[in-house]
Amino acid sequence: MVVSILARWHEALATQSPVAIATLVEGPRLGGKMLVTPEEHTGTVGNEDLDRAVVEAARGMLEGGRTGMTHFGPRGQRRMEDVTVFIQSFAPPPRMYVFGAIDFASAVARIGKFMGYRVIVCDARAVFATRDRFPSADEIVVAWPDEFLKTAPVDGRTVICVLTHDPKFDVPVLKAALATPAGYIGAMGSRRTHNNRTARLLEEGVTDEELERISSPIGLDIGSRTPEETAVAIAAEIITFRTGHSGGRLAERSGPIHAPEPDTATSPDARDAERGAAEAAARER
Amino acid sequence: MNPVVEKVAEWRYAEKKVALATVVKVERSGPLGPGTSMAVSEDGQVAGSVSGGCVEPAVYEEAMDAIESGKPRLLTYGISDDEAFGVGLTCGGIIHIFVERVDW
Repeated sequence: MVVSILARWHEALATQSPVAIATLVEGPRLGGKMLVTPEEHTGTVGNEDLDRAVVEAARGMLEGGRTGMTHFGPRGQRRMEDVTVFIQSFAPPPRMYVFGAIDFASAVARIGKFMGYRVIVCDARAVFATRDRFPSADEIVVAWPDEFLKTAPVDGRTVICVLTHDPKFDVPVLKAALATPAGYIGAMGSRRTHNNRTARLLEEGVTDEELERISSPIGLDIGSRTPEETAVAIAAEIITFRTGHSGGRLAERSGPIHAPEPDTATSPDARDAERGAAEAAARER
Repeated sequence: MNPVVEKVAEWRYAEKKVALATVVKVERSGPLGPGTSMAVSEDGQVAGSVSGGCVEPAVYEEAMDAIESGKPRLLTYGISDDEAFGVGLTCGGIIHIFVERVDW
């Protein structure tokens, strides 16, 4: 029985290893299939040149966990549309770091898990950072937040929620967060806490441009009161960062629900696919 | 673990023929994004879905046909009041679904 691609795909998913599946959906060898990992590839979509182009594109898309259509010439040429290959990324779950083991953190950790994140909770205080308080977290780390974050893996899909609202912790960890490529950095606190924190960050040499990266006060303005409601506001803001949507009411805007809002030209998936192909092309050059 | 891939593997290890239907493109509004998939086994079991339920019956038939013939196909489903499409999506979107027999 020939199940080599399926068997390897299944195994990669079971071990949470990054893997991309490429399928030729338009072109001469309809149904041609390749499995691509950062290290190796197997299968074919027709010929060696096309395979090589698909491997490059797939690795670029896999890095960002992106899925979409890519187009090539019959021998893998760019800017030609004879062949369409659907590339599907199966990247390990993105990470969510939650700093500050307070009740709000417990709710944020739960909703992070619900959204599919690998959730890591970190606090310097061992009495608060416990399994009892964070049953849903994937990891609970007792460490100084900034020191921990400096060595922790972070990529563009990573979400960092700083909920300590204690300047002794949050200023250093936000500085450390700004040194990463994290896709979302949020910091909890009242207006007063936010103003104090902003002043301290500026004193520490953080630039206005860097400050713009921090969502502070954290979350969308939905009038949340409880930890759970606040977690919903934070989760919703995190989604808007990924999609580029504004977070307003659907009832108050027109146009397709899943499509980007009117001012955006192409859908995130289309942009992703284009970016994946562009990145691969850049690497080839 | 992706539950659809899990089922496909399970069925294939049991030496059953299987077809996989995958959403490859969504235009305008569509309920589920690219990469969402549904698998069908030769004995009629189904795992996963490709829409909010609008096109699953039609995709099931196509999947059964692909299991039989081995022929992969790219399908397009669109707006229900458009006569060009046999099966419609009430949401007004257009989805492209690739159906293939799993023999790789």
